[in-house]
Amino acid sequence: MPIILDHVNYVYGSDTALAVHALKDINLVIPDGQFIGLIGHTGSGKSTLVQHLNGLIKPTGGNIYFNGEDIHAQDYDKKKLRSKVGLVFQYPEHQLFEIDVFSDVCFGPKNLGLSRQEAELRAYAALKQVGLEDEYFYQSPFDLSGGQKRRVAIAGVLAMKPEVLVLDEPTAGLDPKGRDEILDQIAKLKEETGITVILVSHSMEDVAKYVERIIVMNQGSVMYDDMPREVFQHYKELEQVGLAAPQVTYIMQALCDNGMPVRTDATTIGEAVGEIMRVLEKKVRKCPKITCADAG
Amino acid sequence: MLRDITLGQYYQTDSVIHKLDPRVKLIATVCFIISLFIVGSWVGYAVAAVFLAVSVKLSNVPFKFMVKGMRAIVFILLITVVFNLFLTPGEVLLSVWKIRITKEGLRMALQMAVRLSFLIIGSSVMTLTTTPNSLTDAMEKLMKPLKIFKVPVHEVAMMMSIALRFIPILLEETDKIMKAQIARGADFESGNLIKKAKAMVPLLVPLFISAFRRANDLAMAMEARCYRGGEHRTKMKPLKYAARDKAAYGILAVYFGVCIAIGVFL
Repeated sequence: MPIILDHVNYVYGSDTALAVHALKDINLVIPDGQFIGLIGHTGSGKSTLVQHLNGLIKPTGGNIYFNGEDIHAQDYDKKKLRSKVGLVFQYPEHQLFEIDVFSDVCFGPKNLGLSRQEAELRAYAALKQVGLEDEYFYQSPFDLSGGQKRRVAIAGVLAMKPEVLVLDEPTAGLDPKGRDEILDQIAKLKEETGITVILVSHSMEDVAKYVERIIVMNQGSVMYDDMPREVFQHYKELEQVGLAAPQVTYIMQALCDNGMPVRTDATTIGEAVGEIMRVLEKKVRKCPKITCADAG
Repeated sequence: MLRDITLGQYYQTDSVIHKLDPRVKLIATVCFIISLFIVGSWVGYAVAAVFLAVSVKLSNVPFKFMVKGMRAIVFILLITVVFNLFLTPGEVLLSVWKIRITKEGLRMALQMAVRLSFLIIGSSVMTLTTTPNSLTDAMEKLMKPLKIFKVPVHEVAMMMSIALRFIPILLEETDKIMKAQIARGADFESGNLIKKAKAMVPLLVPLFISAFRRANDLAMAMEARCYRGGEHRTKMKPLKYAARDKAAYGILAVYFGVCIAIGVFL
């Protein structure tokens, strides 16, 4: 179920003195099953953009199509759209309200009009998907730790079985361990179910490891839309808009500048290690005569 | 939907009215409201209308914004007009079955409509041109004499400014939680009253929790910065009257005098 954004514009407070042009002529195609990173500095319009994807915000100009249908057409069923495009907001743990974790996760599927049994089955599956242990299911969501709360909130959206999952900064405010766990689980989920995942972040480091396509937003426009390795080649331009490439890009670039003939487009530490080893091994083979004794 | 609430909204632009000392604006607003009730004749309302029109013009705030505030009170306005129109005894103008419209009733209803709408527009001129913070500053300063009677003036002013400051924050929070729940399939619009009330639970619980969390954080932050109430506290920008404030007081005195004169002699 592809999503197509056609010349989408959005202006906040258009009838006041403080009108802000948050999105400027966005054209995007989001095909099925892609793992996309949406990156931008604070205020670049990424959160506004994702709220368009499930019809929470109506664009002030342009159209959005889900599976070929205009989502703002008169007779379009928005509720159904919202079950297909699951949106996890920033700090989603702030939306928890039920007396226990399990009922909170059931909220979404129940709103879809599913039977109690079906809703509970989905809730159970979703909580398992985010890796929450059974012992927490009947605790108050407010007694959990920050990371656990966030998992519950993400499960609340997963329980609706969306075909497109949009996560707005799912790792904000978590410690490195919590961050890696959540991102790993999302990647695993993506692998198992084949759904489309859009990961919003301002950290290249976070997304570089997982995504296959990066969309960089700057001041309401799409700046780059390409594979990670291509996007990171523009690391100088990225810095100018307040972003940065992953650290390995800088290391590879520095190695290259200092005369080591490595390729500079590695995006993960694993790739970088492989690349450095390849060059080093070649060198060793080229100059086999150099030994420690000679050097000394 | 929630952004339509204009209570305490400030419209940022540059104008003479914006630059006035908030105390002047506060006193002027109070005087204007009193004047509406002193004058009882159409001449008086005409004078008030001129005064109001000039202030609106000088404030550089689009008139559209003032009227926006009116939308909220249309209902109250209607009730007042209807009650006055039908329930005032006097010389009968029109009589259908048990409903009578009297000359006095008509007059009263029209007066009430004018008074109320002027009152709302007049006070929105103040709120639209004054930031909530400077408004509470003005209140604190003006109410200082009450300290003799052990009224905790500073504390009241601080509470007011915090409350005002939190209106937009909580509105934004409400909007965010609402959207998050809508994304999870919540429905806030359809259904009967009971269903609608029930639908508010997923909104209100997170909102209350967040309000308490914010209050807690704010109290902690204030204590961390050694806040101890109003004793010996000085201001970074103390309120000071400039020449234009004195001129404004002059104009206000003339207006108020005219209104009293109209009230007494007409």
